Amino acid sequence: MKLSDIKDLLHAEVVVGQDKLDMSVKAGAASDLMSDLLTGQNNNAVLLTGLCNVQVIRTSVIAGIAAVVLVRGKQPTQEIITQAREHGLPLLSTPFTMFTSCGRLFSKKLRGVDEKISTPVHSR
Amino acid sequence: MTDLIKIFSIKARDFVKAGEGSIQIQSLLKSIGFDTDLIRRISICAYEAEMNAVMHGGDGELRLMVDPKEIVLEINDNGPGIEDIDLALQDGYSTATPEHREMGFGAGMGLPNINKNADSLEIHSDNGQGAHLKIRFEVQNS
Repeated sequence: MKLSDIKDLLHAEVVVGQDKLDMSVKAGAASDLMSDLLTGQNNNAVLLTGLCNVQVIRTSVIAGIAAVVLVRGKQPTQEIITQAREHGLPLLSTPFTMFTSCGRLFSKKLRGVDEKISTPVHSR
Repeated sequence: MTDLIKIFSIKARDFVKAGEGSIQIQSLLKSIGFDTDLIRRISICAYEAEMNAVMHGGDGELRLMVDPKEIVLEINDNGPGIEDIDLALQDGYSTATPEHREMGFGAGMGLPNINKNADSLEIHSDNGQGAHLKIRFEVQNS
């Protein structure tokens, strides 16, 4: 899914990365726990998070996250914006909640980073 | 003979700068051109260890040593040390404070995650003598 599609689906404001809206993201991840992002394969995923601090940017860079979307209309501080710019990491802000944001992207076929996990028996 | 040594300082409780050394390591390894997955594993280990030192340890340093066959990370801090290393290596065991959790850390996954991503991990921590980690990665030449 293109970052421009994510921007439109989430009615998001682009804080950093207006020039990168053409980029494609492979999957979606949603977490307020930075430790979780470091334990999975999150390469080229878009991260939805309610956490709004500079460690979101650093963790994303280390984990290979392609773009970050802050949920519930959170506005990043200047320090967060500077870090995102420095690392070329697109940063968006959506008025939707985490749940709604995930649902809007999932309904348009963006899948989680755990797509390869087989479907549990009980849901077949 | 180690081809390259880089040292980054770590400052306890400095959450503004925490992780900068690891990001520089990631960028340096990319510029040398190592395998992407190897860089991912090394960067994650460096970052987890650096955050641990900032959150739980004391001032210290993060050292990167690169040679053609092996990449080694050493993280030394002068904090209170790790009381029970076996326990600290268990998934989910945490001594984190509410401040750490507000930053998105402190889930008790740092050391176990380093252990999973490294080819070998040595931890030394005598009571009150800080924590000393040596993390090794083999370089597979294609």
